[in-house]
Amino acid sequence: MVGTMPVGVGHFLVVSAILLVLGVFGIFLNRKNIIIIMMSIELILLAVNLNLVAFSGALGDLTGQVMAMFVLTVAAAEAAIGLAIVVVYFRNRGSIQVEDVNLMKG
Amino acid sequence: MAPTFFFYLFSVVLVLCAAMVVSSRNPVHSVLFLIGAFFNAAGLFLIAGAEFLAFILVIVYVGAVAVLFLFVVMMLDVDFEQLRSGLQRYLPVGIAVGVLLLAELVSVLVGWHVHPAATAVRFAPAPAGVSNTVALGELVYTKYILLFQAAGLVLLVAMIGAIVLTLRDRRSSRHQRIAVQNARVPGETVELRTMALGGGVPVADILRPRLTQPDAIDDDPLEPTHHGGHHPADAHHAPEGR
Repeated sequence: MVGTMPVGVGHFLVVSAILLVLGVFGIFLNRKNIIIIMMSIELILLAVNLNLVAFSGALGDLTGQVMAMFVLTVAAAEAAIGLAIVVVYFRNRGSIQVEDVNLMKG
Repeated sequence: MAPTFFFYLFSVVLVLCAAMVVSSRNPVHSVLFLIGAFFNAAGLFLIAGAEFLAFILVIVYVGAVAVLFLFVVMMLDVDFEQLRSGLQRYLPVGIAVGVLLLAELVSVLVGWHVHPAATAVRFAPAPAGVSNTVALGELVYTKYILLFQAAGLVLLVAMIGAIVLTLRDRRSSRHQRIAVQNARVPGETVELRTMALGGGVPVADILRPRLTQPDAIDDDPLEPTHHGGHHPADAHHAPEGR
């Protein structure tokens, strides 16, 4: 460990693990509400970013922060496309229940 | 001492905000707690030494993504209470999966260690003497330039995709009709008249009634009541039927 982080990396990992578990728990808890599910995905990606940044700070390696930046990019794109799909779906069907989305079922 | 205190402060608030995001009754409150979670995560990023990412998180995520969520939640007229039915049914399986995942992660956390030689194989050691933003820029614009361009491409595709998905053609929208414009001939647009010498311009006699402020009205496409007088019959303008 050569980085200059004032807090040990293990603490960051604990917080990140709790955040990831909360995100997965949120997906299961709000099975019907697609918007809360997308917010849970944001929480999971935030946990990933926290892990990357913590190891980047602990090891003194900037690559983790670069990867976290790309994760942020992809997460922003995912949120934009997902919310656009939600808006279009609501416009067509008048509902955003996840269970109603079965148009493409074979 | 202060970093440790702030670490625990940010961590506790972050975890509480995340718990409220997934368990809040009102989705608007969920989005607001998500914003709080992003702010506290930015504080944790600062403690870890990633200032640039912390500010990106606040600017991009709180400023754009979370506000996008807020817009969508407020725009859709959804009965969110009805969406919460069946919560009791999903609670046990959620808790079971969560506990399982947490147990796995804890078993990882108690047993891991960094190999002493790991620091020798760092991809990009943080240079000394420059700020985090400078170091990150020097890395992103040289070594990871292709990934950086690909990230920009991802954002471009996402932007075009979101526009294509949500754009709908209203009947009342006033598009440019190039065929109509090209088919216009001077004969049906301009009328030549012979005026009496020295008689001035008779106001009541010209085709187009004189507008009080022609420029201000012609340049305002959003004003539905005035049509600017360019089109003689206004035939292809459907009335505002919304």
